[in-house]
Amino acid sequence: MHEHIDSVKTYAFVFVTLLALTLLTTLVAEVDLGPLNVAVALLIAVIKMLLVALFFMHLRHSPMLTKVVVCGGLLWLLILMVLTMADFVSRKWLPVPGV
Amino acid sequence: MDSQTETVALREQFETAGQQKEASTLGMWVFLVTEIMFFGGLFLAYMVYRRLFPEVFWVASSSLNKIIGAVNTAVLLCSSFTMVLAVHAAQIGSRRAIVIFLILTMLLGGVFLGVKAYEWNEKFQEHHVPGPSFHLEHTTEQGRAQLFFSLYFAMTGLHALHMIIGEGLLLFLLFHAYAGKYTPAYYTPVDIGGLYWHFVDIIWIFLFPLLYLIGQH
Amino acid sequence: MITAAVHEQATYLNESYGIKSWLLTKDHKRIALLYLATITFFFFLGGIFATLIRIELLTPSGDLVSSETYNKLFTLHGVIMVFFFLIPSIPATLGNFFLPLMIGAKDLAFPRINLLSWYLLVIGGCFAMYAMLAGGVDTGWTFYVPYSTSYSNGYVIATGLGIFIAGFSSILTGLNFIVTVHRMRAPGMTWFRLPLFVWSNYATALIQVLGTPVLAITMVLLICERSLHLGIFDPARGGDPVLYQHLFWFYSHPAVYIMVLPGMGVISELVSTFSRKRVFGYKMIAFSSVAIAVLGFLVWGHHLFVAGQSVYAGLVFSFLSYFVAIPSAIKVFNWTATLYKGSISYATPMLYAFGFIGLFTMGGLTGLFVASLGIDVHVTDTYFVIAHFHYIMVGGTLMAYLGGLHYWWPKMTGRMYPEGFAKLSALTVFLGFNLTFFPQFILGYLGMPRRYHSYPDEFQVLHVMSTAGASVLAVGYVMPLVYFIWSLRYGAIAGPNPWGATGLEWKTTSPPPAHNFDETPIVTTEAYDYAALEVAKVG
Repeated sequence: MHEHIDSVKTYAFVFVTLLALTLLTTLVAEVDLGPLNVAVALLIAVIKMLLVALFFMHLRHSPMLTKVVVCGGLLWLLILMVLTMADFVSRKWLPVPGV
Repeated sequence: MDSQTETVALREQFETAGQQKEASTLGMWVFLVTEIMFFGGLFLAYMVYRRLFPEVFWVASSSLNKIIGAVNTAVLLCSSFTMVLAVHAAQIGSRRAIVIFLILTMLLGGVFLGVKAYEWNEKFQEHHVPGPSFHLEHTTEQGRAQLFFSLYFAMTGLHALHMIIGEGLLLFLLFHAYAGKYTPAYYTPVDIGGLYWHFVDIIWIFLFPLLYLIGQH
Repeated sequence: MITAAVHEQATYLNESYGIKSWLLTKDHKRIALLYLATITFFFFLGGIFATLIRIELLTPSGDLVSSETYNKLFTLHGVIMVFFFLIPSIPATLGNFFLPLMIGAKDLAFPRINLLSWYLLVIGGCFAMYAMLAGGVDTGWTFYVPYSTSYSNGYVIATGLGIFIAGFSSILTGLNFIVTVHRMRAPGMTWFRLPLFVWSNYATALIQVLGTPVLAITMVLLICERSLHLGIFDPARGGDPVLYQHLFWFYSHPAVYIMVLPGMGVISELVSTFSRKRVFGYKMIAFSSVAIAVLGFLVWGHHLFVAGQSVYAGLVFSFLSYFVAIPSAIKVFNWTATLYKGSISYATPMLYAFGFIGLFTMGGLTGLFVASLGIDVHVTDTYFVIAHFHYIMVGGTLMAYLGGLHYWWPKMTGRMYPEGFAKLSALTVFLGFNLTFFPQFILGYLGMPRRYHSYPDEFQVLHVMSTAGASVLAVGYVMPLVYFIWSLRYGAIAGPNPWGATGLEWKTTSPPPAHNFDETPIVTTEAYDYAALEVAKVG
């Protein structure tokens, strides 16, 4: 059962990109973008995660089942966060006396 | 040589080496999903409280040293690079290279943990540990500031614990690699050890911006 | 001569002897029996707490025990029954034993992890028992903060640690089952030829893997908060106790599906075998199992309706909670359709199956009442909710477990249980159960709060009925304990397929050999192919 062996060059390229993105995120944090700061930081983090997962963890070449498992895990994390935040975000929508 | 390793390493419940490798790899990925949910609870708590108390979180985050954080992030990324090179070495059958890259990965992991210990010590010295002697400068919200630091210690602590376990796994792999157990026909433990190590790296990839880089105003 | 034949057979029971061969076994069948002994112990321990609770509630005044002690009784009853009996029950005993057999595999994917799972349950149980013996814990099985973190004088940390460790037992079992079903099926065993018991355990495994880690981190936070006073849930420092509830129920709601789904899987097997018919709507039942697992994760906020959660979130969770009832109802309809025009026999397992279908339906329907925001405001934290979940957990899961245990007993042990006594126990359990829990619906609706040991005089009649029922129920549970053990020595020898059922587990000896099958089976037929069996008999 085969596998595709990636080259050291590919890994090196991904590694350098990861370092560059780390530098980028650190520098962007020095600039005031208001609410965009969080969004940009998370976006960069997600890209780094994808690079590590797809290349270093060989997700690119993994069977479909593995990809489904990973997406499932991320989806479940999303469910935990979205539905819980739905409570916190909507708390003040209905004015309740004394609160 | 190859079929020898295969038969020696094949466990009774499996029919073929291929089945064993697929099962082991799937098992590790499913385990990593459980880890996503385990850390996920902490990320949720972070999200809730950062949204409720943005200014205090900003002040608290500013007390962390971004440069040290960034350098440590680079160290960990480097260790992920050496880890994947260890797996690659196993794939092409170079015993010496596997050993070298595993040692490098362990050393880099050790550096990360050392820096983390230094940072924690600093927090203790500065009285940024939640509890009766807590005091954070530049804010009146001392109670809420402790929420940030509770999460800081819980999240980096749990991460560090996973790193330490990872070092243990790497040591185990190192001994077996040195003994020549891993060949292109059978290197699954190195592969799944690598998956675990990369996952712990990914957790840090999120912890760094969330804890250290809460913007400038 | 039959006895001689049994003694000659090499089975998983006689292939090695001695305590090490059990405590260090990698055989899923032996591990299943280790679990069986362990959870039986915890069941009766939890039952002792239930007995004390019911005795206290015979009289309106809190006169048997103090309030503090009563708090410990219901807490320990809940903790032991949920985490150390119900969650492991069917998957770790019947699932462990039969999943590999049903898919034609030699064992689970990771036998040593399977053994580790058992040890983790035992170690977790030791922590819980330590807490119990050292003085108990009084927070309720839900450990709500800030009482559990800041004010309780009980052994919260030890219990939390016990639950944390037992949680890993559950996670590893789930992981093992998922990998096994995906990667170890025999040739020809496609997904849609799998017995529905396998589908249910697979769906359960998904929940175990996705939900239990959140319980784990919740316990970690609880322990850190209590021991290190971090402040995460401390209102004085900006912490929110409702956050704890979100984290706790994110697991604990799906946990109830961990408890009931395997039971539903057993019922599918029983209904099919004892009406000698293929299960009606096989694919619908298979998909419903997965649907329950998924939808079960979207409804946890219905435990927070009156906790301080926003009304809007409450509306969303209430709406979603209605949906999760649909796949369960689909299963009940399909089981009923399976029975229609079937050749029904009333063996003990089938009696438990009938009990399950009726009682689970009642429990499930009352779930709709509590899912409704308006009604829940009235009945939450009353005996109505207690009756609701006991109908499902005891009337449902426990009955399915007993049904499955009776059904597969001959396969696991090579012996038949005594059918007459077994039928009598099943009847005793059914009658005892209803007498115990039906009055509790009325009590709750009339306003009797849960977790109270003293109450207004006008509730006494219903409480006395409930306690009377509990004594009958207890007899019904002790009887199988006695006759199952008796059957090990004196029960009739069972052949490979005493029920004439389909399924790979019946094609091997009773008990099975250590390696399950002499040759890897090749599967060519659908599950529950009774029509082919009939043709084979005639032709």
